[in-house]
Amino acid sequence: MAKNVVILGGGTGGTMVANHLARSMRKEISQGEVTVTQVTDNADHVYQPSFLFVSINHARVEDYTRPQKSLLAAGVNLVVDGATKINADTNTITLANGGSLPYDMLVIATGAYPNFDSLPGLAEAADNFYTAEGANKLRDKLINFTGGKIVITIDVPHKCPVAPLELIFMLDEMYRDKGIRDKVDLLYTYPIGRLHSLQPVADWAEPEFEARGINSEIFCNVESVDPKKKIVSTLEGSEIPYDILISIPAHRGAQVIADSGLGDEGGFIPTDRHSLKAEGYNNIYVLGDATNLPISKAGSTAHYEADVVAENIVSELRGIMPSHHYDGKVFCFVEAGLNSATYVSFSYAKPPAPTPPSEMIHWFKLAFNEMYWLSARGIL
Amino acid sequence: MSVQVDKTVDARGSYCPGPLMELIKTVKAASVGNTVEVWSSDQGSVNDIPEWVKKVGHELLYSEKADDGEYWRIAVKKVK
Repeated sequence: MAKNVVILGGGTGGTMVANHLARSMRKEISQGEVTVTQVTDNADHVYQPSFLFVSINHARVEDYTRPQKSLLAAGVNLVVDGATKINADTNTITLANGGSLPYDMLVIATGAYPNFDSLPGLAEAADNFYTAEGANKLRDKLINFTGGKIVITIDVPHKCPVAPLELIFMLDEMYRDKGIRDKVDLLYTYPIGRLHSLQPVADWAEPEFEARGINSEIFCNVESVDPKKKIVSTLEGSEIPYDILISIPAHRGAQVIADSGLGDEGGFIPTDRHSLKAEGYNNIYVLGDATNLPISKAGSTAHYEADVVAENIVSELRGIMPSHHYDGKVFCFVEAGLNSATYVSFSYAKPPAPTPPSEMIHWFKLAFNEMYWLSARGIL
Repeated sequence: MSVQVDKTVDARGSYCPGPLMELIKTVKAASVGNTVEVWSSDQGSVNDIPEWVKKVGHELLYSEKADDGEYWRIAVKKVK
């Protein structure tokens, strides 16, 4: 009887695991010994890092959207349907259409989602570039902006931790290019006592802010927003007026995780930091933004984790002890404006080391935006 | 007097988002009166966590090195 591997989620992590398994277990799949099924409620795959560029009109969402089916290797069954319940006691998934999907091994890659209802007033007041719809709407506001105060606020947890910093540098250059920088007040806020959680990034950003006239407020955790008066109130007691509020709200896990009783208070799944197995479940792996691990919720995290998860599943299905361990590795490009970028790389044991921004890294980032589709396919 | 910890956050090896961000996330989700203990391997936590706790008005219960000397245990009580 075939062993069924089910992958929940059609984003970066889930797609990479599906393709990795299909390529590594081609023989078992062709002989009917193993099935690999990916379940996603979206027939399209969207490259989310494009939203940053969309928000300043340097990219279009449709150019970074492809049919999910086109990204999958032969041997992966695609089910386009919502998963409404993970029944870990019976090893089945309940689907939105009423069907049930059995699994022997489950991979959860259901992601994280910005929760605009997490704070009073936020949904009505805030713009964002963390959703396709939000990025398109924000683009129109930003490119038509003629002057005033733009405020960026950040809540925890959130994905793509350097994106807000990248946006503020891009806005600085965009309004300089338009010749209206003197009419635009840019305020970047951050929850802790420096400009970014990564100390080298914060150390680099601070003099850049000073040189470019970008204002900042640290220890800034939003408590509520008054959309009528256009004022942000913080836990720390400050009140910040704005003309455009760009907010990165606290994220939460997928609804199916909460509905299945598998998540913590935020809907993120307690996960072993090295094996990537869901705590208490020997046949469930978790990766990407869905975990509760204290690491960056970013595509590169999911990418590195996908290799570990897929290799361990191959081992388990072949009766070999799973021996791959995730070391906490993360790699992030950091755009320093419209024409230069840097990057950071770190793991549980290796702190990030600073790298001076360069034009070449910026072009590599833009090139990766196109090469991503090879990564999703498991080729790069 | 022993402290009853309601939630422990293992943020060892976390550079991004880092121990303080993990603590803020957990404290915001906790009930008033609950105690959150964060484990951090970042020496900077000894300074930046108490600084944030003071600014927001919560209570720092202790900040101590673990028995193996490899990380710090810092406990915060949510008071409002």
